[in-house]
Amino acid sequence: MAQSYATRQFRFWLTNYRRTWQGSIYSGVLNPVLYLGAMGLGLGTLVDQHGTASLGGVSYLAFLAPGLLAAAAMQTAMGESTYPVYGSVKWLKTYQAAIASPLRPADLFHGHLLWTTLRLTMNSAVFLAVMALFGAIRSPWAAVALPAAVLTGLAFGAPIEAYAMTVTKDTSFAMLFRFGIIPLFLFSGTFFPVTQLPAVVRPLAYITPLWHGVALCRSLSLGTAQPGGSALHAGYLIAVTVLGVVIGNRTYRRRLYA
Amino acid sequence: MADPDVLIHARGLSKKFGEFTAVDGIDFDLSRGEVFGFLGPNGAGKSSTMRMIGCVSPPTEGELTILGMDPVTQGPAIRARLGVVPQEDTLDVELTVRENLLIYGRYFGLRRDVIRERTAQLLEFVQLTERAGDQVEPLSGGMKRRLTIARSLISEPEILLLDEPTTGLDPQARHVVWDRLYRLKQQGTTLVLTTHYMDEAEQLCDRLVVMDGGKIAAQGSPRQLIDTYSTPEVLELRFSLAEQEQAAEKLAEIQAERLEVLADRILIYTTDGDSALDAVRARGLEPATSLVRRSTLEDVFLRLTGRRLED
Repeated sequence: MAQSYATRQFRFWLTNYRRTWQGSIYSGVLNPVLYLGAMGLGLGTLVDQHGTASLGGVSYLAFLAPGLLAAAAMQTAMGESTYPVYGSVKWLKTYQAAIASPLRPADLFHGHLLWTTLRLTMNSAVFLAVMALFGAIRSPWAAVALPAAVLTGLAFGAPIEAYAMTVTKDTSFAMLFRFGIIPLFLFSGTFFPVTQLPAVVRPLAYITPLWHGVALCRSLSLGTAQPGGSALHAGYLIAVTVLGVVIGNRTYRRRLYA
Repeated sequence: MADPDVLIHARGLSKKFGEFTAVDGIDFDLSRGEVFGFLGPNGAGKSSTMRMIGCVSPPTEGELTILGMDPVTQGPAIRARLGVVPQEDTLDVELTVRENLLIYGRYFGLRRDVIRERTAQLLEFVQLTERAGDQVEPLSGGMKRRLTIARSLISEPEILLLDEPTTGLDPQARHVVWDRLYRLKQQGTTLVLTTHYMDEAEQLCDRLVVMDGGKIAAQGSPRQLIDTYSTPEVLELRFSLAEQEQAAEKLAEIQAERLEVLADRILIYTTDGDSALDAVRARGLEPATSLVRRSTLEDVFLRLTGRRLED
């Protein structure tokens, strides 16, 4: 039954989306176009003039695009897992209404994760399509970067949502964004290889889920993926997602079943 | 459970939040078809009790059976047969009236055509048919409350739980809600409600418990409670502030079952209010205003707890 209860909550988010889908499609297309245009093409021209050996011999655009794909998935997950979840329990109190029905707190959580998965799939598919239009894809394996990007997003979505259930002031999200998401976005190998980082801080990058997501998406898009490395990256992302789900099951219950 | 008509059975039911005991060992049984009320002031433990019955708050101690099932392990199966009107509106104000019922019907796993049919009937019932396509946000408090009631009925629940159903509504809106609840009662729906309005409890409830400080102070029908804990009539006297204290002393001599001196008036509990008033005047006291009325649940509560309900 758990499955079907979660689906009921998933359908709530789908109904809810009917009011905002136009805007989200617009930003889903605009985001990759702007980033790939400004940084991939604009900045990329300058980078490529200095030689691309440290990028693995590919153009900056081809290097950057799959990194941004993974980073955009992180951002999408962040957006879906913070205010919409927090608002449901704090402002609208629709979560309190839902738990009076047969649904349990974990069903609300899983239903929203299903929803996040759909949003990640939509945004990542659009991102990949824009990458193709920019000529930033080097291998047919790039198609597998779609589930890889979705997985990267979930590795953020599940734990962030688990955290969102413990938050009592929404300023916590601004802190998370400023001190968590933005540094990860900048230093997880999205814009430059982490080998460029000082050796001391490099291990930090390796433990962040985003670095694994970036590395996985990039190797797929460039066609350099190795089975062992890819399994390691995917396994790490899955482990973080599962951990987030386990913790979220508890934080949801604790918040809603007082 | 032995008796299939006992829908809720509680013995020694308690709820603690850390050191604080919200509900302190209460016993009650709810029978099919009755309207059962928890009457008490804010903080008496009514809402905590309702949340335990609604299977969204596990009991700390004691026994609780709902529809023959255990709320901790069989929550979803129980909740599938309950309707809940929470104290605070939890409508999705960003969606329309109709969408709110659609979402809620789906939570109960109802088919779309069933939801559509019931939505039409329920909106008719709560007089919101014309607002079906409107967003919820701008609706008045009374309309939102009626929509919440409609929403709670979408699954055709066997028991409807209402936590302070008319708190915060203006008198006119309250009467509309009462009228709807009265109709549900006529249709045989089992209702459980909490209230701190004695008139609400008196009008709607077949049976009620008076709660105070997490405990049940008394239980019975409104009539029984009044007969047991109060007198048929009450004489209410108001004196000017200067005279009140002195008057209270003199009134203590009057033959009455009980005398309550409140901040703004004096209540004399008696079988015959008019002759009590004559006795007051015979002692040379002339109250600024006097009123003879029948006893209410307010008097019962005052007697049981020494405090007023709506303070």
